[in-house]
Amino acid sequence: MSTYDLSSGPNSQSGDRPPAPGAPSGGAPAGARRRRGNITITPQGTPNRRNTELALLAFAVLLPVLAYANVGLAIDGSLPAGMLGYGLGMGALALVAHLVMRRWAPYADPLLLPLATLLNGLGVVMIWRLDKAGKLLSKNYPAAPNQLMWSGLGIAFFIVVMVFLKDHRVLQRYTYISMAVALVLLAAPAFFPSREADFGAKIWIHLGPLSFQPGEFAKIILTVFFAGYLMVKRDALALASRRFMGLYLPRGRDLGPIIAIWLVSLLILVFENDLGSSFLFFGLFVVMLYVATERTSWIVFGLLMSVGGAVVVGSTASHVKTRIDAWLDPMAAFAPDHPKGASDQIGQALFAMGSGGATGSGLGQGRSYLIGFAAKSDFIIGSFGEELGLTGLMAIFMVYALIVQRGLRTAIAARDPFGKLFAVGLSSALALQVFVVAGGVTGLIPLTGMTMPFMAQGGSSVVANWALIAILLKISDSARRPGVEPAPASET
Amino acid sequence: MNKPIRRVSIFCLVLILALMVRTNWVQGVQADSLASNTHNDRNKYDRYAYPRGNIIVDGERVTSSDFVDGLRYKYKRSWVNGALYAPVTGYSSQSFGSSQLESLEDGFLAGTDDRLFFRNTLDMLTGKEKQGGDVVTTINAKAQKAAFEGLGSKKGAVVALDPATGAILALVSTPSYDPGTFAGGGDADTKAWTDLNADPNKPMLNRALRETYPPGSTFKLVTAAAAFENNVFQNVDDKTETPDPYILPGTSQELKNESANEPCEGATLKVGMDYSCNTVYGKIGADLGRDKMREQAEKFGFNTTVDTPIRAVQSFYPKGSSPDGTALDSIGQHDTRATPLQMAMVASAIANNGSLMQPYLVAQERSANLTTISQHSAKQLGQAISPATAQKLQDMMVSVVQNGTGKNAQIPGLTVGGKTGTAQHGEDNSGTPFAWFVSYAKGADNKSVAVAVVVEDGSNNRDGISGGRLAAPIAKAVMQATLGK
Repeated sequence: MSTYDLSSGPNSQSGDRPPAPGAPSGGAPAGARRRRGNITITPQGTPNRRNTELALLAFAVLLPVLAYANVGLAIDGSLPAGMLGYGLGMGALALVAHLVMRRWAPYADPLLLPLATLLNGLGVVMIWRLDKAGKLLSKNYPAAPNQLMWSGLGIAFFIVVMVFLKDHRVLQRYTYISMAVALVLLAAPAFFPSREADFGAKIWIHLGPLSFQPGEFAKIILTVFFAGYLMVKRDALALASRRFMGLYLPRGRDLGPIIAIWLVSLLILVFENDLGSSFLFFGLFVVMLYVATERTSWIVFGLLMSVGGAVVVGSTASHVKTRIDAWLDPMAAFAPDHPKGASDQIGQALFAMGSGGATGSGLGQGRSYLIGFAAKSDFIIGSFGEELGLTGLMAIFMVYALIVQRGLRTAIAARDPFGKLFAVGLSSALALQVFVVAGGVTGLIPLTGMTMPFMAQGGSSVVANWALIAILLKISDSARRPGVEPAPASET
Repeated sequence: MNKPIRRVSIFCLVLILALMVRTNWVQGVQADSLASNTHNDRNKYDRYAYPRGNIIVDGERVTSSDFVDGLRYKYKRSWVNGALYAPVTGYSSQSFGSSQLESLEDGFLAGTDDRLFFRNTLDMLTGKEKQGGDVVTTINAKAQKAAFEGLGSKKGAVVALDPATGAILALVSTPSYDPGTFAGGGDADTKAWTDLNADPNKPMLNRALRETYPPGSTFKLVTAAAAFENNVFQNVDDKTETPDPYILPGTSQELKNESANEPCEGATLKVGMDYSCNTVYGKIGADLGRDKMREQAEKFGFNTTVDTPIRAVQSFYPKGSSPDGTALDSIGQHDTRATPLQMAMVASAIANNGSLMQPYLVAQERSANLTTISQHSAKQLGQAISPATAQKLQDMMVSVVQNGTGKNAQIPGLTVGGKTGTAQHGEDNSGTPFAWFVSYAKGADNKSVAVAVVVEDGSNNRDGISGGRLAAPIAKAVMQATLGK
């Protein structure tokens, strides 16, 4: 980041004013382009790549529309009636998001919006396809119109963040308020009555007909707190430590907040039966701690604490034990003498994926409704595995990997430590969540109740993840924007 | 901070990579075993996802697939005249699996058979709905109907064979059941299934192939065959030195005939057959010995299962009987047991000059567009007896129908040979006897048919049960229906 050279930027005088929407991306002066080869990040005159984004976006809209047509042809033998409306609606939403970015985040990463649009679109198609199974999945039916509405709200929220979050560093001011809000959000479900359909995990707040999953928002808000807190404390955490057996041990008073987070995540686990969120928040914290301090000892510490916590809770909480048993032997639920309450979900998901095989049954031609009501939400990866096969799942994982990597790339490019930490936090939270959910569904790790970002049914999840992408794009925009004043000095 | 960020990015990639490896394991390596797992209900639903092929009798479908627009099952199996053909078709139920041809030919009917792959692919490319192949049976609709109606409300079974080829022309078992009553998955289906299984009359038992009965006097044909084949006697009119009553060897027990007035003492083989003399054939069997008797019985197919392709259970001729037991075995009592199919095979070998053909039920497998995929060709199981012996036995059987106990089976214009049987069973032979009739008929055009009928009746009147009175008219009706007289 020290290679940043203010004087060479041709736009230095007007750096804060973004070019008009539709400005040609190749408008960077040749002098700036010559420099790109030998340094990691070149803010000067970087092409803004909005046209690339538009082209990718067209593809990201077209693909789900074709998938939609495919489902209609496979199930009803005709193109679905709502195809035009769906295509135009999605196209319009994507276009508005794109135009907003041309105006308010012109230098942002060109991949994130198309990738998120693609996942969101495919998710809606799969939910609509499973709606077609009708009564077999009556518990949440029809879900596609709702999901479409939430996707619209998600993009609306995306636009709100784009327009009103002038600079991500503003959030730094709210470090401790964020902590308070996040704790309230995390604790809230424990005080609301849960419903039968929640299956033991208290991660929902039910208000009349509305259900709200606060954990999804807590993920972002907690990242704000971690980033703000660690930015201030990282020197203390990194330097004021004693060396012991090759590891740098932190001072007792620096340990305080870490122990606090650890306890909170254990409390979530104990009181809300939410293994996934617990793992996600603690993992997120350890990752950000490591990035902030560059001390490997923190990872060792984090791992020890999470293993210790997991062993204690796992051996006492029956809920967690059930999950682990189901993971070790997913087919036990089919045995005639299976323990009461054993869920066949994982077994059914494995059947779905196995029946899908390498190329899948084709959209609309599988039977993933056998997984049960979760086929549209937590287990949507299983549904994709059956209908699009191994091939489709590889592509989907690749899309997630790309989002995560673009997010981390943004972190590297970011000029301020808060932005770096924030971007790392958001990206790795996404990666951890994808791993936890998909790993649970495919039987790699014990199942935890979490939603697959963008794809799974769930309004909170869609809206929160669109906000996450919006923030990443904002950080990316400020990182790639030519000619703004340098971030507060920091080592990089 | 960039160095740890790069490490984090590698860590995130490793996470996704782990997911990819796991998915490859599940959908690549384990895919087949997961797909075919018995708990994977997809297999159940897929069988009814498109019209199933049909089972054909005499050019007509006896099954069909009804579009039910179910949520899980799209089609349901139904049968035309289900009870009549149930022993042939078996059942194919959404909830309770399948049996007989519906089960054995499932791959073909469901269209998953490899031999239909090319056609399925073609249909997929041309956008046609996938459809299973048809199975064409050898059943003669008229013969089947005659047998079914002949048995009526009585318990029993009928098997008719074409002696020249082994084609099964009739396969009836009563009481029967309608497989359509439990083809679906509803409550009514479950009730029908439970009731059928609990029924003491066992309507779902295929008596023609899966039940063995003591063959009684019909087994005397085998004993006579053994006598000729072993050159104990040369002619049907050879006199035997049979006392009446005959004392079972090694015991003081008397073997009697049905009535003391019958000319069984020292009777010829033919007269012994006409009057169904227990003494004559019991003594022949005992004199031949258990091994020679067993050899002959096995040449007719005893002690082996027969796949038609529906598997018929083994008919049984014992190995280790004592001489007195062998005497009783030789008149189809004691330990000898036979399926109706087995006795039809005996008649068929006799009618076919000693050559025993493999009984078969499926003439042809063809795809939905009537392309023949496989065609059965007649296969000889073996030469059960020499043509000369066969000729002698035919003479005796014709004589039974002309002069003896089988007069009820006479058909003008046809040469009919037969043998009655009234088999005792149960503790001290206290059970109601089984009435047998085993016969063949030949037309002028050399077409022939062999029939075995067994009636196990609940009537308490023991005199009312006899092969000639109860079973012969049914056999006659079947032979008439087959040969058109």
